[in-house]
Amino acid sequence: MIALVLFYLAAAISIGGALGVVMTRNVVHAALFLLIALIGIAGVYLLVMADFLALVQVLIYGGAIVIVLLFALMLTRLQEFQGSLENSQWHFAAVSSISLFVVMIAAIVSSNKRGNEEAIHTDFRDIGSSLFTQWAIPFEVASILLLVALIGAIVIARVGDEK
Amino acid sequence: MIELTHLQVLSAGLFCIGLYGVLSRRNAVLILLGIELMLNAVNVNLIGFAVFMDPEHALGQIIAIFVITVAAAEVGLAMAIILRLYRSHSSVNVDELNLLKG
Repeated sequence: MIALVLFYLAAAISIGGALGVVMTRNVVHAALFLLIALIGIAGVYLLVMADFLALVQVLIYGGAIVIVLLFALMLTRLQEFQGSLENSQWHFAAVSSISLFVVMIAAIVSSNKRGNEEAIHTDFRDIGSSLFTQWAIPFEVASILLLVALIGAIVIARVGDEK
Repeated sequence: MIELTHLQVLSAGLFCIGLYGVLSRRNAVLILLGIELMLNAVNVNLIGFAVFMDPEHALGQIIAIFVITVAAAEVGLAMAIILRLYRSHSSVNVDELNLLKG
């Protein structure tokens, strides 16, 4: 029962943070709202016994990605730009996302996949061993992807070779 | 107790909010924030199915780790592109970037 109350609290924090990201008028506040939403989602992961993913969420999303986004906002000084942050088709965007939400809820309610009664904990050790045995090749491909992204980011953002 | 349905509804809500952000914003950084929200919604769904339906293999958790990896790579590259755009156009509003328009 207490877990359900905590789940609703964490879900409300993440939904509220997400709404803040898409509603706020200030770009720096949007990045900070994203941080709140990510921490709320990490709380949800903890409550469903996915503690490794909660750790990864806080470290990588909360630690690295939000910091990179804040750096980009700082370097582009977006606050100096006045004017609307929304484009002219935001009504259509609202209608289509609300209708997609309704369709998704209908699909969830009508599906009969309920799974187990409660969440079952998976050990760190099991995740680690399957990541390095069964999923070793995708793991290495992911590390090459990160290396390529790193080199690509440096090449694209490098100063001094504008034509 | 928390059930799978709760996580699915949370995931659907986050995904649709992120979709609204992607479709309605003009600023490239804010569009990127919406994409991050959508990726997180997908992760919530994957982890929900992993812990409720497949706890012995935890396949959803493994895939969620790869999704986070791809998201990190994507943010790094997108930041480089946005900085480059800002330097050449002094703007990162995507509706002003119409160089490819005939």
